[in-house]
Amino acid sequence: MDFSLTEEQQLLKDSVDRFVRENYEFETRRKTAATSEGFTDENWKQMAELGWLAVALPEEFGGIGGGATETMVIMEGFGRGLVLEPFFATVVLGANLIQQAGNDAQKEDLLPKLAEGNLKLCFAYAERQARFDLNDVETKAEKSGGGYMINGAKGVVFGAAAADKIIVAARTSGATRDTKGITLFIVDSDAAGVSRRDYVTNDALRASEIAFENVFVDASGVLGGADNGYSVIERVAEFAVAALCAEAVGCMDVLKEETNEYIKTREQFGQPIGKFQVLQHRMVDILINCEEARSMAYVATAMMDSDDAEERARSVAAAKAQIGKSARFVGQNSIQMHGGMGMTDEMKVGHYFKRLTMIDLTFGDQDYHTKRFAAMT
Amino acid sequence: MDLQFSTEHTVFQDEVRTFIKDNLPRDLQDKRQRGLRLEKEDVFRWHVILHEKGWIAPHWPVEHGGCAWDPVRRYIFGEELARAHCPPLSPFGLTMVGPVIYSFGNQEQKSRFLPKILSGEEFWCQGYSEPSAGSDLASLQTRAVRDGDHFIVNGQKTWTSYAQWADWIFCLVRTSSEGKQQEGISFLLIDMNSPGVEFRPIVTMDGDAEINDTFFDNVRVPAENLVGAENKGWTYAKFLLGNERSSIAEVGHSKARLRRLKDIAQEEKGGGQPVYADPDFRKSIAELEIKLKALEYTELRFLMADTRGEGPGAEVSMLKIRGTEIQQELTELSMKAVGMYAHPYIPESMEYGWNENHVGPNLAAGLSPAYFNVRKTSIYGGSNEIQKNIMAKMVLGL
Repeated sequence: MDFSLTEEQQLLKDSVDRFVRENYEFETRRKTAATSEGFTDENWKQMAELGWLAVALPEEFGGIGGGATETMVIMEGFGRGLVLEPFFATVVLGANLIQQAGNDAQKEDLLPKLAEGNLKLCFAYAERQARFDLNDVETKAEKSGGGYMINGAKGVVFGAAAADKIIVAARTSGATRDTKGITLFIVDSDAAGVSRRDYVTNDALRASEIAFENVFVDASGVLGGADNGYSVIERVAEFAVAALCAEAVGCMDVLKEETNEYIKTREQFGQPIGKFQVLQHRMVDILINCEEARSMAYVATAMMDSDDAEERARSVAAAKAQIGKSARFVGQNSIQMHGGMGMTDEMKVGHYFKRLTMIDLTFGDQDYHTKRFAAMT
Repeated sequence: MDLQFSTEHTVFQDEVRTFIKDNLPRDLQDKRQRGLRLEKEDVFRWHVILHEKGWIAPHWPVEHGGCAWDPVRRYIFGEELARAHCPPLSPFGLTMVGPVIYSFGNQEQKSRFLPKILSGEEFWCQGYSEPSAGSDLASLQTRAVRDGDHFIVNGQKTWTSYAQWADWIFCLVRTSSEGKQQEGISFLLIDMNSPGVEFRPIVTMDGDAEINDTFFDNVRVPAENLVGAENKGWTYAKFLLGNERSSIAEVGHSKARLRRLKDIAQEEKGGGQPVYADPDFRKSIAELEIKLKALEYTELRFLMADTRGEGPGAEVSMLKIRGTEIQQELTELSMKAVGMYAHPYIPESMEYGWNENHVGPNLAAGLSPAYFNVRKTSIYGGSNEIQKNIMAKMVLGL
């Protein structure tokens, strides 16, 4: 049993913390969030130079051969800074999908470009009727002239506007909710028949609705085996949840620090409001929630390399449920203890609260994962 | 024990229902029902309709132009307004400063201000909180110094809702620093157009800008705008806060939100069925509905006690506490009902007349901002922590 970071991982953490300190001063972030792209190419380049875009890739593709722990370290740091670059879409989802399911040609073609910062990806998995079920796929891909023709619509695709390629989950056989019969495709963002509607999200990120109308993909664009995409999606979703848990832990820690500092310095009735027992107890509950969240984020991360699929899935569901619960408590009470100031756009806390709220609603919320956990017990 | 309204009251209920049906402009109803942004003109338009009917001030005495309805009628009226998605009226004149003026003001003030509050011709805002006087309101520092027949006002108020719409602001100002803090406060009415008054919008986390900082730089206020006695303002302030507290339970509004939540849960799907068919989601809605029912009947019990002249005291704080909790839980569950479509932030789709297709469910756009926005309800009007302090002290004697 060991919860500590290796020397290399500690160096990575220091480097991520430095990046956030230097590049993510809060006013700088606000300006970046307000641009049409919503992030900066300079930051993206720097992430590439530091090797973060290839964090979990093998060395042959320009990677540093890290894994879930390295990804966790980066995501936690990004959570502290509310980092805006599409790391989650490109690296946590995109690079992972290719690594898990890609053939040699696809890996050799795409992964080095991705590692260098010259290729961004997004993952179009969700559909409106599916809610959080990854197997609920209506978008169809039918065999056509040596390839496939894709028709359908995907919702809330993170990082799509910036992406060069879209990885899309489409149904090649079976009924809408069958796990068998889903196939992954790599589609150029500017392919004929792809149309996008881009928007800002409540936490200042970017996402899109994507429509596919007779989009042709040739055989080289099939990612992994036909009809067998679901197991890959499930595996990558677990990885994504572990990464989101780490990001949430970073967010919660900032809320905890900011709120603790605020109640120590804000004076009412002739004393710091942190002297009032009711707020002291609530602050302690925030602390406990942060620690519970951190523990479960570690569990999810540590289970990523386990071959015990059932125990891995249970741990991931438990972690996401805990993160949802903790994030809600920490977020809501941080706002409450900041009083009116907590409601303002000017203060950091509201931005962290919004991100945490949206993390809960990504890849299944607290209720969804509690139910999943119960079903697996 | 009888939970039924008397015949007199059901007749009244029908009358209100019919009136709203015949007179509420469809576009206003539509805006409200869909949770779209309301402009000053929208609120004003409905205000004028109710004023012309003579129903603008249900709780005011007849001599001042009100209806002097009994509490049950007032309750029915409020319920029906919310049920039909009427635009909420601005409370600052009608609920807050109006009753202070007719209870504590002089005859000139009554004739000068009350008719224009009733007609909607003058719009009010509230100058209570200051940057360093929030929960501890009595520590406020905005100064009013007597200079002949004027007061010179200097200082800053904050969280001023709708200052941008207002013609007048009622302010708590410090006129003395002697004795207890509460004993040096006065209640002053200030024309928002006076030289030296400035306001600056505060953007809130939901992206809205309905609140403001309001600054007073050597503002000359005629002494005749002092309500009641100098240094007795705290008494009037508490009177006003009591009215405010009992009016922010928002049972009717929450009922409308609950209906909307059920609609959304029926429309949205998950696991191959409507979200509403999910027993867990349904249980969450049911728990909230029960909580709301308990609040409703608690409010009714207080109202009935009030009709017998046994008006509740500090107990009304519980209506504020539970009422705001329910608003927060309702908006949270509504947001969760649309799942991933809680993510998009498309403020233009919350404007009336926006004709593009919605991203995801039709009703989804405003749900997350509403959840973020109503976090304020457990903070404003005396935070819920302060309400519990009041109850602990005044009701339980702790």
